[in-house]
Amino acid sequence: MDYSYTFLILLLPALSFLVLGLYGMKLSHKVAGLIGTTSLGLVTVLSYMTAFSYFFAPRLADGTFATIVPYNFTWLPLGNLHFDMGILLDPISVMMLIVISTVSLMVHIYSFGYMHGEKGFQRYYAFLSLFTMSMLGLVVATNIFQMYLFWELVGVSSYLLIGFYYPLKPAIAASKKAFIVTRFADLFFLIGILIFGYYTESFSFSFAGTIEMGAGTTPFIAGNTAKAVIAGTFILPTALVLMFIGGAGKSAMFPLHIWLPDAMEGPTPVSALIHAATMVVAGVFQIARMFPLWIEYAQPQLSIVVWVGVFTAFYAAAVACAQSDIKRVLAFSTISQIAFMMVALGVSLPGHEAMLDNHAQLGFMASMFHLFTHAMFKACLFLGAGCIIHAVHSNEMAMMGGLRKYMPITHITFLISCLAIAGIPFFSGFSSKDEIISACFAYSPVVGWIMTGIAAMTAFYMFRLYYGIFWGTENKVAHEHHTPHEAPLTMTIPLIILCVITVGVGVYTTIAGFAGWGGSFGSFVTASGQEYNIHFDVQIALTSTVIAILSICLATYIYKGESQPIADRLYKMFPRLHRAAYKRFYQDEIWQYVTHRIIFRCISKPIAWFDRHVVDGTFNFLAWGANEAGESIRPWQSGDVRQYAVWFLTGTVALTLILLACAL
Amino acid sequence: MVPVEFYFILSALLFFIGVFGFVTRRNLIAMLISIELVLNAVDINFAAFNRMLYPDSMEGMFMTLFSIGVSAAESAVAIAIIINVYRRFKSDSVESIKNMKW
Repeated sequence: MDYSYTFLILLLPALSFLVLGLYGMKLSHKVAGLIGTTSLGLVTVLSYMTAFSYFFAPRLADGTFATIVPYNFTWLPLGNLHFDMGILLDPISVMMLIVISTVSLMVHIYSFGYMHGEKGFQRYYAFLSLFTMSMLGLVVATNIFQMYLFWELVGVSSYLLIGFYYPLKPAIAASKKAFIVTRFADLFFLIGILIFGYYTESFSFSFAGTIEMGAGTTPFIAGNTAKAVIAGTFILPTALVLMFIGGAGKSAMFPLHIWLPDAMEGPTPVSALIHAATMVVAGVFQIARMFPLWIEYAQPQLSIVVWVGVFTAFYAAAVACAQSDIKRVLAFSTISQIAFMMVALGVSLPGHEAMLDNHAQLGFMASMFHLFTHAMFKACLFLGAGCIIHAVHSNEMAMMGGLRKYMPITHITFLISCLAIAGIPFFSGFSSKDEIISACFAYSPVVGWIMTGIAAMTAFYMFRLYYGIFWGTENKVAHEHHTPHEAPLTMTIPLIILCVITVGVGVYTTIAGFAGWGGSFGSFVTASGQEYNIHFDVQIALTSTVIAILSICLATYIYKGESQPIADRLYKMFPRLHRAAYKRFYQDEIWQYVTHRIIFRCISKPIAWFDRHVVDGTFNFLAWGANEAGESIRPWQSGDVRQYAVWFLTGTVALTLILLACAL
Repeated sequence: MVPVEFYFILSALLFFIGVFGFVTRRNLIAMLISIELVLNAVDINFAAFNRMLYPDSMEGMFMTLFSIGVSAAESAVAIAIIINVYRRFKSDSVESIKNMKW
């Protein structure tokens, strides 16, 4: 199969970015939007073509899919090391192509309605194209360095889109915060890459050659052996953990999560695309991409990933229960769900085969599966939230309530996505989350039960959100002069499509999972690359379903009614707990304190003083000296010719006398 | 025959008169004339030394003629400049062109 057309997947959005960015202001809104959407439509078609021909091509002899590199050229050779640029197709990158192009296309269509008449419409589409190009480039990267380049590009486009409403102060603050926090994390990623590149003399995701490590030999570079021994035992795990810090920043893992809730200042479709479905899973993707390395060299360090993930999942779920801004609830839910994916990767160790037959490295598959399903239903939730905000002109739940009468399509799609994220069978979230929890139980029952509990919290806060928006008391005062209305077709069609995907994937995978059919997600993406038939563990599936239904019932009981006596009583009983959760357990304040009070005051200020007084002082002194010297000899150039003549004469006479004196 | 020292005395007198004139005069034309005096002093020296040291050869004489030719051209250029200065500054005083240093 010829995949040489895949360069178009990157080129088309890049071109539309250039066209819209350079000539956007000369185009009408409609034309600009159409250019962006058409190019994305073509990209989507190409991605689906690629996926179809890739996944339905015959497998290799060992049952894995071939890794195809249609393009790879050396961009910057530096001795042994070389920075390459290219396109790499393997199961996870092809899967990501599908996710990114689908969600991005939905967002492009949706934005026609959502951004209608907005100032800077063309700029918005230009940035969307830039983002899509960078994200696609990130997933098809052939080496870590190319990944890093596109990784920074998605960071930039995220910054630009969060700050889209740049006349508003919170938007600027949020975009800066997002950029600085992720950039700070990326610093560790870069250090990790450099260490990795120095010791392995390659930036590729896989090695050739051998290295001595412990008792056995494992594949590695053939080169400086002494260097390689250190690399295998100590350096490589360090490099991988540093790269994980970069990934944790992008994927909003505790304590680097602080930027994501604020990033909701951007337009809602942007939140759906970047801060729910694609960019924030880059960290998960990065670990999945490096997974062979983690398994080979840094198995003990995977527990860091697990526990960071577990804590983040719990923390974000707890905060989500108390937020009142609907986009913030969704943001924390996103953090929590990404943490699920992280945990799933972390618990994916070989050697657990004995505990669950054929469940080796189940977590890897589960993580990628959850990435896929989460992208779809979370994008749908965010786009639904966009419709609601469009209708009531507010993010606050207090302004909503009782919207189900006014917005039937949004209501149904939102409900379906909530059921999916809550993990109800026949919705896509169930299948993937169940696999994650199975993988967690295989790793350790403690992690398994914690994750089950967090899944219950997920169901609870999502239904709290759902009832708060669509049921409960209607805010008659707010709705009086502006009756909420259903969103236009351009906005509802993407919702419906995403919902169809969620339900379709959900129904098939649920039935396939219980019946043990093939053709489910495990047939395409697994850690080993071989086909794996997802087979639900009935006990775990039953437990998590019952718990999810119980939490939904609890949320229904508390939040569905016109008045909410239980919620009020709970609030009265634990006002401080509620306040702490509402304030996100003061994480932002802690960061503020650490950066402003400690780092700025104790480190940055002295450095600034040194720079201003010592460094600047030295150079100012030199400049002052030169200036003074110039000023003092300046009058010599008087412009008076006769004076010059006198000087000249005096000089000549003096010289003559000196020469004479020497001669005598 | 005039003793050769007389030429040198004349030449030295002319030279210092020229220098004195150049330094003390404010008028550009007068300064130009002073420069011509200095040049003439040099020419006389050339001729006199040629006569005194190498009576058989004529190089000094030729150089003198050459120098006279050059100084004629030079004074033409200088007068042209002075006329332009006068047109520009409405003055032939050397102080009026102090700004030329920039």
